[in-house]
Amino acid sequence: MSTETSLSLTDAEQGSSLWHDAWIRLSKNKMAVGGGCILLTFILVALLTPWIAPYSYETQNLDLGATPPSSAHWLGTDIFGRDVLTQIMYGGRVSLAVGFIATGVALIIGVTWGAVAGYVGGRIDAVMMRLVDILYALPFMIFIVLLMVIFGRNVLLLFLAIGAVEWLTMARIMRSQVQSLRQQEFVEAAVSLGLSPATIIRRHVIPNALGPIIVYTTLTIPSVMLLEAFLSFLGLGIQPPQTSWGLLISYGAETMEEYPWLLLFPGLALTITLFSLNFLGDGLRDALDVRGSKD
Amino acid sequence: MSLLKVDNLSVSFHTRNGSHQAVKNVSFTVEPREITAIIGESGSGKSVSCYAMLGLVPSPPGRIDGGSALFEGADLLALSERELRAIRGRDIAMIFQDPMTCLNPFMTIGQQLIEPLRLHKGLTAKDAKVRAIELLDEVGIRSPADTFDSYPHEFSGGMRQRVMIAMALINEPKLLIADEPTTALDVTIQAQILRLIADLQKNRDIGVLFISHDLAVVADIADQIIVMEQGVMVEHGSPDAIFNHAQHPYTQKLLAAIPSGHRTAERIKPDPLIAVSHLRTWFYPSNVKEPVKAVDDVSLEIHRGEVLGLVGESGSGKSTLGRSLLRLAPITEGSVVFDGIDLTQLEGNPLKTFRRRMQMIFQDPFASLNPRMTVYDTLAEPLLLHKICDRKSLDATIATLMDDVGLARAFIRKYPHEFSGGQRQRIAIGRALATKPEFIVADEPVSALDVTIQAQILELLIALGREHGLTMLFISHDMAVIRQIADRVMVMYQGKLVEQGDTEEVFGHPREAYTQSLLASIPGAALSA
Repeated sequence: MSTETSLSLTDAEQGSSLWHDAWIRLSKNKMAVGGGCILLTFILVALLTPWIAPYSYETQNLDLGATPPSSAHWLGTDIFGRDVLTQIMYGGRVSLAVGFIATGVALIIGVTWGAVAGYVGGRIDAVMMRLVDILYALPFMIFIVLLMVIFGRNVLLLFLAIGAVEWLTMARIMRSQVQSLRQQEFVEAAVSLGLSPATIIRRHVIPNALGPIIVYTTLTIPSVMLLEAFLSFLGLGIQPPQTSWGLLISYGAETMEEYPWLLLFPGLALTITLFSLNFLGDGLRDALDVRGSKD
Repeated sequence: MSLLKVDNLSVSFHTRNGSHQAVKNVSFTVEPREITAIIGESGSGKSVSCYAMLGLVPSPPGRIDGGSALFEGADLLALSERELRAIRGRDIAMIFQDPMTCLNPFMTIGQQLIEPLRLHKGLTAKDAKVRAIELLDEVGIRSPADTFDSYPHEFSGGMRQRVMIAMALINEPKLLIADEPTTALDVTIQAQILRLIADLQKNRDIGVLFISHDLAVVADIADQIIVMEQGVMVEHGSPDAIFNHAQHPYTQKLLAAIPSGHRTAERIKPDPLIAVSHLRTWFYPSNVKEPVKAVDDVSLEIHRGEVLGLVGESGSGKSTLGRSLLRLAPITEGSVVFDGIDLTQLEGNPLKTFRRRMQMIFQDPFASLNPRMTVYDTLAEPLLLHKICDRKSLDATIATLMDDVGLARAFIRKYPHEFSGGQRQRIAIGRALATKPEFIVADEPVSALDVTIQAQILELLIALGREHGLTMLFISHDMAVIRQIADRVMVMYQGKLVEQGDTEEVFGHPREAYTQSLLASIPGAALSA
């Protein structure tokens, strides 16, 4: 206990050590950092697409037809002579937005809902979870079609509709986590310190329940992207000439034998995104688990 | 010939973080018709050495570096997995600390006994049932024919341990290895199980290898005691030699750590800080009509500056009583008056103010600390919440707090899992002291700790109590610990207080039959005799 070890902490460090330490651990994980960088690049490209796209996404050039990759069209053109790279860039805007916004909505509602229900328990829990059960029981397609019929077709509505369905599972996972955490003595210790329920949920419960939530989130983003493709395919989502990765893939799949590049490149874009997400998610989970291997 | 002769056994573990020798050149023998006890603290290698010779140490990371273990002449370490498996099931049986995890919760006790009887002994279903009932009878299960169709959760901890012993006896083993079989049990139940093991050993002529961290437990039953420290066998001999003529300093340290001290009784002026009257804490399980009367009509006073010991077995309601005083358990009826104010009526901010003045130390320091908060965060939380200090003086206050509870300041950025049990309990004590409370409920604060660590934490609590003028309710099932720390003692049984008085009075002249039976089951009678 010499004075050498006395404390010298900057103000920045005085927040929660967990996030600070997690960030350091994450930045040492090469796979996670690589995944994060790729995702960031994709997002940047998606944001800048209107300015950097080589062609317009709606200009058709029927004379050109479907051509394989060339110096003019790096990733080739589709049967209407539209540039595939441009389409992937524009499609990425929709797919990434759906993926992140819908999942974000699901995450916020689901985690809050599940944490409150699980922590408070009793009658409030019963009412909250019965509501989740009722929403679960609603056929998803009918729900979406109803929304579209009532409010008209609208991309933002699509995001919300998907998010409104995905949060249900998130809430259930969170609730079961919180129910077991609530029994833990450190939560009781926090009560006896005099912390308010909201603070206990925020500081003691949620950080300890994050592992499964992060994993489920990385699984939700791709499934949401595919859901969007499915809805668009049915005519409920994005309509041509607007496009998304899911739509590109489903059209590409139809002409797979004649024009494989129409399936290959959008497929690659989606696959790379999913891999990056998984690496980042795994890295995040490990970084937040302080008990993991020490570095 | 010895039943088991272990010679120069060495076991090491190899992980990415380096290798660690868990057992170093250990040699001992187990004679038939004798109970051999291996004593040591966690990490001393006592369990590893037994598991290693049965091929139960996972490899990798474990590796047996050398030595031999002759069981009836055959070297266990040289046998193939198949031959070893036959011996494990037939000639050597094991019982473990926690019987609940070893029993299948979805099968009745009867089914679990019949299955191996039919498998190993080739008995018919009818004969197997008869034999199973005989076995249950032998291990002291009352009316075994009726309990035959019960599930494990319907049994108490002691009964489950008896069932485990019955299962271990199915194949009529020659050697029974008991790994901390009574650690999870109440003191009176522990005494019964110890007696059962000693009786079985006599009636069945078997050898017993008894692993424990507690010298007092084995004092009464062992014929031979082996003391291990950090993988090395430091001393062995008869109980008499170990207890009365211990040579090795570690053995002497273990002996000294057995709580036996009497609190020098300073007369404390009765000045009640807390007055509890007719307190009832009942729980209403949803599927049962009858409420569980965890605390039933308890009245007591706790005086300023005293340590009040609360003893009782598990299920006696002593923890619930402690939690009720702190408003952590829902009070059904009655009042808790703290310094003139009835806590049962408080809500919101006034209650928060009182939470600052009373704190709790929990039993399991592995569960009572948030695994994702560093020592710094854990200690900072109460300090900032109750504005004990401001942001500027926070670091200094935390450092002082760590000095107080004997934690090196260098540990400030570490997470709970990086600490040992004793160190974790120090963090938990630091958190409780952070708010400068007047009253502390300590719920079995040393039960989860090794005996030498237990002595240190007790000393720390006594010293801090004096220094800060704390009033403490010290809950424990361990009479010896209570005797060391408490000024007054209360005995609780089935939700009611059955006896109370000054510590020496209760220990010297217990009035109630229940208190007498509690005192009679304290292990280590041979020690003090």
